[in-house]
Amino acid sequence: MSLPDNPVPGGAESHDDEDSPRARAEAQWRAAFEAAPLRDGAFETMSGIPLAAVHGDPPYPGQFPYTRGIYPSMYRSRLWTMRLFAGMGTAADTNMRFKRLLEAGGTGLSTAFDMPTLMGRDSDHPWAVGEVGRAGVAVDTIADMEDLFAGIDLSGVSTSMTINGPANILMAMYIVTGERGGTERRRLSGTIQNDILKEYQAQKEYIFPPRPSVRLVTDLIRFTTAEMPRWHPVSISGYHIREAGSTAAQELAFTLANGFAYVEAATAAGLDVDDFAGRLSFFFNSHIDFFEEIGKYRAARRIWARWMRDRYGARHERSLQLRFHTQTAGVSLTAQQPEVNIARVATQALAAVLGGTQSLHTDSYDEALALPTEQAARIALRTQQVIAHETGAPSVADPLGGSAYVEWMTDEMERRATEVFDHLDKLGEGSILEGVYEGIANGYFTGEIADSAYRFEREVNAGRRIIVGVNAYTEGDDGDTPILYIDDDVEAQQLRRLAEVRRQRDAAAVTAALDTLAAEAADPTVNLMPPIIDCVRVEATEGEIVGALEGVFGTYTEPAVV
Amino acid sequence: MTVEPTGAPAPEHPAPPPSNPAGSPPDDVAALFARTRNGDRRALGRLLTYTEGGGPLADAVAASAWPLTGGAHVVGVTGAPGVGKSTLTDRLAQVAIDDGRRVAILAVDPSSPLTGGAILGDRVRMGSAAAAGGPFVRSMASRGQSGGLALAALGAVRLLDAAGHDQIFVETVGIGQVEVDIARTADTTIVAVSPGWGDAVQANKAGLLEMADIFVVNKADRAGAADARRDLEHMLDLGHHGDWRPPVVLAVATTGDGADELFKHVGEHRRHLRDHRSEGDRRARQVAEEMRRRLHRWVDVLVAQPSGRAAELFTEVAAGRLAPSLAARRLAGELGRADGAGAETGG
Amino acid sequence: MTGPAAGTAGPQAERHHDRHRRQPVRVVLAKLGLDGHDRGLKVVARMLRDAGLEVIYLGLRQTTESILLAVEQEDADVIGLSIHNGGHLTLAPRMVDAVRAAGLVVPVVVGGIVPDVDLERLAEAGVFAVLGPGASAAEVAETVRAAAAARRI
Repeated sequence: MSLPDNPVPGGAESHDDEDSPRARAEAQWRAAFEAAPLRDGAFETMSGIPLAAVHGDPPYPGQFPYTRGIYPSMYRSRLWTMRLFAGMGTAADTNMRFKRLLEAGGTGLSTAFDMPTLMGRDSDHPWAVGEVGRAGVAVDTIADMEDLFAGIDLSGVSTSMTINGPANILMAMYIVTGERGGTERRRLSGTIQNDILKEYQAQKEYIFPPRPSVRLVTDLIRFTTAEMPRWHPVSISGYHIREAGSTAAQELAFTLANGFAYVEAATAAGLDVDDFAGRLSFFFNSHIDFFEEIGKYRAARRIWARWMRDRYGARHERSLQLRFHTQTAGVSLTAQQPEVNIARVATQALAAVLGGTQSLHTDSYDEALALPTEQAARIALRTQQVIAHETGAPSVADPLGGSAYVEWMTDEMERRATEVFDHLDKLGEGSILEGVYEGIANGYFTGEIADSAYRFEREVNAGRRIIVGVNAYTEGDDGDTPILYIDDDVEAQQLRRLAEVRRQRDAAAVTAALDTLAAEAADPTVNLMPPIIDCVRVEATEGEIVGALEGVFGTYTEPAVV
Repeated sequence: MTVEPTGAPAPEHPAPPPSNPAGSPPDDVAALFARTRNGDRRALGRLLTYTEGGGPLADAVAASAWPLTGGAHVVGVTGAPGVGKSTLTDRLAQVAIDDGRRVAILAVDPSSPLTGGAILGDRVRMGSAAAAGGPFVRSMASRGQSGGLALAALGAVRLLDAAGHDQIFVETVGIGQVEVDIARTADTTIVAVSPGWGDAVQANKAGLLEMADIFVVNKADRAGAADARRDLEHMLDLGHHGDWRPPVVLAVATTGDGADELFKHVGEHRRHLRDHRSEGDRRARQVAEEMRRRLHRWVDVLVAQPSGRAAELFTEVAAGRLAPSLAARRLAGELGRADGAGAETGG
Repeated sequence: MTGPAAGTAGPQAERHHDRHRRQPVRVVLAKLGLDGHDRGLKVVARMLRDAGLEVIYLGLRQTTESILLAVEQEDADVIGLSIHNGGHLTLAPRMVDAVRAAGLVVPVVVGGIVPDVDLERLAEAGVFAVLGPGASAAEVAETVRAAAAARRI
């Protein structure tokens, strides 16, 4: 291992006064860097040239406003987390996969739920036909959640659950599963997506109208703040906004605006901003326009830090630092010549790393066709490993910082996002939260996203934008990619499981718990987590709990078309 | 469509159901109309297409429908984009259905002025439209012809009336001339506004005070709803209205709050028209207005694309053989005696 | 267009298919089931609008029944179904069967990612056409117009 004496080139020979801002920033950075642990690795080029940990001008990585990264040492301390999303079939199927993953040394479990679960519907709901266990695991009751984590010590893993509309219910199921397995809730660790605002804007997996839904989000923030210090209650997601067709700047702006909205909602519910802001995290897309993406991540950190400090009065450093997960752009994958997607994913993954992501999911090249095969998923993981261990990209923090182009792009992203914030601030008469509500109600978000998607489509159509294998270089598509088909038996198994639970539970206790929940839901000051946990405990189904809440909150339908 | 008598694209296409005997001519307005009277949605859907298309088919439909009209109470629902008209109309329709009415909704949206195409999205916001036992909902694009649209919409309303719907809602977007025209053909007009929507000057400019029989402040769970109501009441204090003072109702269409009250006022306004014998007057005015419109439209078409005698007279004038004033007078005189069957009346 | 003096053409004179020379094609666009990916549906709605068609947009979470109801009331010429969850082999035939069972002759066009191996099965099931992610605006409009023409056979 070769760490140069002077990690910041020019620093030692610098003629700056010791008290100059530059010298102070450098000294501060050096102290922080030296205090950080370093992972094993040769921090030199493949030709043996030693590398400074950071180059260029202050503020350095780890320094406000964190444009250059939130840690002084970045990937020299720890590589990003290579997270892969798993879940399909029944809970028992996914449980086996989880165990294999843990045996292989993994510590993080990432759960994908099937469509009915995401929409708060039971597997025997008429909507669910053909969807049960298909794109993720089916969870109807606490019994399924217990199957999912059977034999796994929840105090020793970090679990990520991708769920939004019914997040509180799945959280309650996880809590009760932990409880029954001997892990108290304060020792549970993980993340739940729980970002409902982007559902109205982009992903469309909403259940209730926005205001009661945001109440459920803040209920979960309040609950975890009080009782689950190791849990991240919201992962504010731009990924789906981008997939729905937004531009990079819109993804940035809408996502951060949603983040501000949750901060406003949680503080309005009585929390101090520093009590929860450090446990908020973000989830961005990595699309194919390399430098635009990098500018987007850098701008995101800068905007968040400034707004949290200046507008929301956060004081803790952690509250100002934007941490994010990245996934490569599923929408950029082509069904034509799908192997070419491997090159796209590699480029996108590199952008995320150069942009300073904390964790990364790489898509499998066959995802435009079907769910990934095991071989395709392995190539996706290998792609990250090549970037981590062969390219040298992680040796230097923010390696593109100081590039005139990248700095300009970062400023431009910030400028465009600021225009959106100004618009929402005006719509909401001084409240971003109200502005977001209004933007949802008047079709602003869906309209902007659809306009961008249509503009892109027209450019591709007109040949002004080349998509390799789609509108150019189309020869050589053998159309012979292996495709994964899901066993139809899953649905039947899950229906039997659900019927069995319904039959053997105490029906009177279920009705009583649901009635209590409905009554509590009518009072907006009550935190609904405890009554939802009570419902889960007596084996009320997800659909029944959603039904009780729908009776009070109503059901949402999209107000505006385009 | 069921009315297709001949080959289906797929050979295994099953025989049409008995309600739709194969062999009935597709454009047989009388047969379609008879089926419509029996509650056949498809036949009504097709006749509405004819009505929308204008021309002789539309006139034939109108002629069949006319003797059977008059039973429906027609309610116009209008307001600026984004105030929640569709959702509100959906809620009203639901209340009316629960009250035992047969309900139809005509939802009018603008066409793209550039391409003539349109995205008609009102059904998205009409949950009841998707359900069996819900209202009959028809979306209509303006097709870029304001005068023609008002007539096509009127024709559609008459047809929905003749088909046995006793409560018809006509939803239009915006507050322009088209909306005013369409509103004039309604028995009761509801104008929807939202909180923060604004000041008296704006409302007066838009001519809302004359247009509205009922005001509804939608999204009344938002700040400013009470202010909007107060402003409207204040304007009503200042303005003069006959013996019906438009009520101002607060509603939240997304939850359905206020829909019952709104529908109650719709019923009261209808009773008011009846009690004051103004219903008959209003109808008489409406049909006179319709005739005026059709006449205007007819002359417009004649001027734009002269044919027959009109073409001759234009030629005479162009050749300098006849004074324009004289030619116009001569044509107008002949028009007064003409049989107008077959004239272009709609879109 | 006929002038006021052009005579008294009877209602039988205009055949059903003639109206489409003067009136825009009407197409119902919808998604079946829980799948919330509506990007493609919205892009196609705009493409068709800009090609001069009238789109009756039903959007997300429709059932075969709600689509049929709309087709009848709106006198639609074509059903456009967007499928992005891999359920095309289940959902598209279900829609076609529902249309036939109702005695309608309204073609179903499917948009979405359909692997080549499944195209034949959809054609056998009676789907009029499948528009993949690479389809141009012109192809989309042409396909829907061709479907509308097939409706009127």
